Amino acid sequence: MANVEIAQERTPKPSKVPDNYPIIRVRDVWVSFSDHPVLKGLDLDVKKGEILGFVGASGGGKSVLLRSIIGLVQKQKGTIEVFGRDLDRLSEQERQAIERRWGVLFQHGALFSSLTVRQNIQFPLREYLDLSERLMDEIAIAKLEMVGLPAFVAEKYPSQLSGGMIKRAALARALVLDPEIVFLDEPTSGLDPISAGEFDDLIKALQQTLGLTVFMVTHDLDSLHSACDRIAALADGKIIATGPIGDMLKSDHPWLRAYFHGKRASSRLNGKKT
Amino acid sequence: MAAQAVSLSQKEEAGKLMLSAAGRWISSFAGQAEHLVTELERKRSKSKSIAIDVSHIEQLDTTGAWLLERMRRDFEDKGASAEIVGLNPRYKILLDEVQQTNTGKHTEEHDDPNPVVGTLSLLGEMAVSFAKDTGEFVQFLGAAVVSFFRVLVRPWTFRFTSIVHQMDRVGFRSVPIIVLILFLIGAILAQQGIFHFRKFGAETYVVDMVGVLVLREVGVLITSIMLAGRSGSAYTAELGSMKMREEVDALRVMGRDPMEILILPRMIALIIALPLLTFIGSMSALFGGMMIAWLYGGFAPEIFMDRLRDAISSSTFWVGMIKAPFMGAVIGLVACVEGFRVQGSAESLGEHTTASVVKSIFLVIVLDGAFAIFFASIDW
Ligand SMILES: Nc1ncnc2c1ncn2[C@@H]1O[C@H](COP(=O)(O)OP(=O)(O)OP(=O)(O)O)[C@@H](O)[C@H]1O
Ligand SMILES: [Mg+2]
Repeated sequence: MANVEIAQERTPKPSKVPDNYPIIRVRDVWVSFSDHPVLKGLDLDVKKGEILGFVGASGGGKSVLLRSIIGLVQKQKGTIEVFGRDLDRLSEQERQAIERRWGVLFQHGALFSSLTVRQNIQFPLREYLDLSERLMDEIAIAKLEMVGLPAFVAEKYPSQLSGGMIKRAALARALVLDPEIVFLDEPTSGLDPISAGEFDDLIKALQQTLGLTVFMVTHDLDSLHSACDRIAALADGKIIATGPIGDMLKSDHPWLRAYFHGKRASSRLNGKKT
Repeated sequence: MAAQAVSLSQKEEAGKLMLSAAGRWISSFAGQAEHLVTELERKRSKSKSIAIDVSHIEQLDTTGAWLLERMRRDFEDKGASAEIVGLNPRYKILLDEVQQTNTGKHTEEHDDPNPVVGTLSLLGEMAVSFAKDTGEFVQFLGAAVVSFFRVLVRPWTFRFTSIVHQMDRVGFRSVPIIVLILFLIGAILAQQGIFHFRKFGAETYVVDMVGVLVLREVGVLITSIMLAGRSGSAYTAELGSMKMREEVDALRVMGRDPMEILILPRMIALIIALPLLTFIGSMSALFGGMMIAWLYGGFAPEIFMDRLRDAISSSTFWVGMIKAPFMGAVIGLVACVEGFRVQGSAESLGEHTTASVVKSIFLVIVLDGAFAIFFASIDW
C-alpha cells in the first residue's frame, strides 16, 4: 500500500505554524511585464478559514496576483508564504505537496478540451490517488451535483457546455481533492443571479464544513455582501484597504466610494432597503 | 506499511448491527476507506437495522462523507434500515449535500460491439466519410469560386494586403527550404543516373533524365508536398483555432464573409506561390544535377547545358508549370475545409491538421497521375 504512505506524507502534519498565522502571506510583491509594473509592493494576509473577496479595477492586476501566488507568474521581488511556507524555498516535492492542497478555478475555466467533464473532474484524483473506477465516478458525479450541474453533463465535452456550466464544472474540478484553499477567479461572472446565489451558498457551506479558505476575485457585489468575510481592494498595484464589507462601505477612499456607492452599487443597496 | 488512518469496526447487538467508523475519512486515505467499505458491502448481513456511528471520525471531507453515505445506501438497497449517528454537527451540512448526489441511475458503460460488426461499420463509416469529403470539397470550391467572382465585380473589396501577407508567409519564406531540398534531390538523381548509366556507357543521358524528371514531375511534386506540410498544416491550425474561439462566428455576425476574408487570400496566395516556387525549385534541382555531373560525372557545365537544350522542349517545362497552380488550389482547399471542420477540443485541432496534410498530399499525387494521363493523351 505504497500510496498510503505517500498520502500521509502529503496530508498536513500538525505543524509548528501557529493557528492565527495567515494561511497566505504576501509581502512587498512586485510584478511587472516588460517594464510595465502591475503590482508595486503589495502586502496581503489571508486568514485561515475565511472567504476573502478581492476587488479592483479591470486590468488592475487581480488575476496577476492570483497567478503569482500559485506560481504561474514570476514575481520580481517579495515573498509569498502559503501554509506558513515560503514558496521560493521549497523542493520540487514539497511544492507538489502544497499544490495538492489548493484548488484553482481559472477565469475562463481552463477545462481540458479533449476530455469529458467527468474525465476533467477525475484528473486530479487519477494523478494523486489510487482509487477504483467506481469510486472515482461516484465522486465526480457527487461533485458535479454539488456545484449544481445535473449528472448527465458528465459525459459532455467542454465545447458542448454553456459558459456558466463551464465555470461550475471547473469549480467541481478545483474542489475534487477537497483542498484547504481554493482560488476563484471571478466564479460568479456569467452565472444567472439565482445560480450565483447558490454558488455563494455552496462556497459558504464548504467553508463551514471543511474549514476551507477561499481567495475569491470577484466583481459581484452580491457575493461581496453575502459570502465574503473580508474584502481586500486593489488599486494602483497596492492593497488600499482590507476589512469586512461594513468598513468598505464606510471608507472615504475615493475609489472605494466609487466602487461601493456607484450607481450600480447604490441601486442594489436601495433595492435592499425597500 | 503505515498505520491505518481509517478504521471501521462492527459489532452485533440484539439483531442490530453497530458499525463504528473512526480516523481520518478524507480523500488522501480514500483508497483505504473504500477498501473497508467494499469489503463490508460484499459481506451479507442478516441484521435489518444498522447504525453507523461516526462520532469517532476525526476528519471528514466530501469523499469520506460520500463513502459513509454509499455504505448507508447499500444497506438500504438490501432492505435494511440504516442510519448515520453521532455526527459532529459541523459536518452536517456536508453530509446533507452528499446525500443529495448520485441519486440518478448510473450512466451505463456500453459494451464493445462484435468485432465483425465493428469492422464492417468502420468500413461503412469510411465510405460515408469519403463521400462526404468529396461533397464538401466540391461545395467549398464552388463557394470559393463564387466569392472570387464577387470580388472580381467589386475589386475594391479585394484584400490585397492580406494576399501579400499570405504570399510572404507561404511563398517567400519557403524559398530557402525548397531551394535546398530540390538542390539535393537534383544532385541525388544525377548521381544515381551517372552511377547506373555508366555501365552502358550512356552517362550523357543523365542530363535527359534529370531534365525531364525534374521539370515534368519532381519539381512540382516535391514543392507541393513541402507546401502541404509547411503551409497547409499552418492554415488548418490557424483556421481551426479561430473557429474554436468563435472568431469565425464573430466575422460572420459583423457581416463579413469568412470565405472572402480568410479563405480567398490564402487560396490565391497558394495558387500564385506554388508555380513560382516550382520554378525556383526546379532551377535549383537542375543546378544540383549539373554540379554533380561536373564533380562526379566529369562533364563541364557547358556540355550539360548543351545537352539539356537538346533533351527538353518548352512543353516539358510547361507540363510542370501548368500543374502547379492546381496543386496549390488542392492544398489550399483541403487545408481550409479541414480547418473549418475543427470542433471545440484541442484534440480535434490536431486530428484535422493531420488529416489536412495527409489528404492534401494524397490528392496532390492523384492529381499528378490524372495530369500524366492527360498529357500523354495529347502527346506533350
Ligand atoms: N502575460 C502577460 N503579459 C503582459 N502583460 C500582462 C500579462 N498578464 C497580465 N498582463 C497585464 O497585467 C495587467 C493586469 O492584468 P490582470 O489580468 O491581472 O487584470 P485583472 O485585474 O484580473 O482584470 P479583470 O478584472 O479584467 O480580470 C493588465 O494590464 C494586463 O495587460
Ligand atoms: Mg482577471
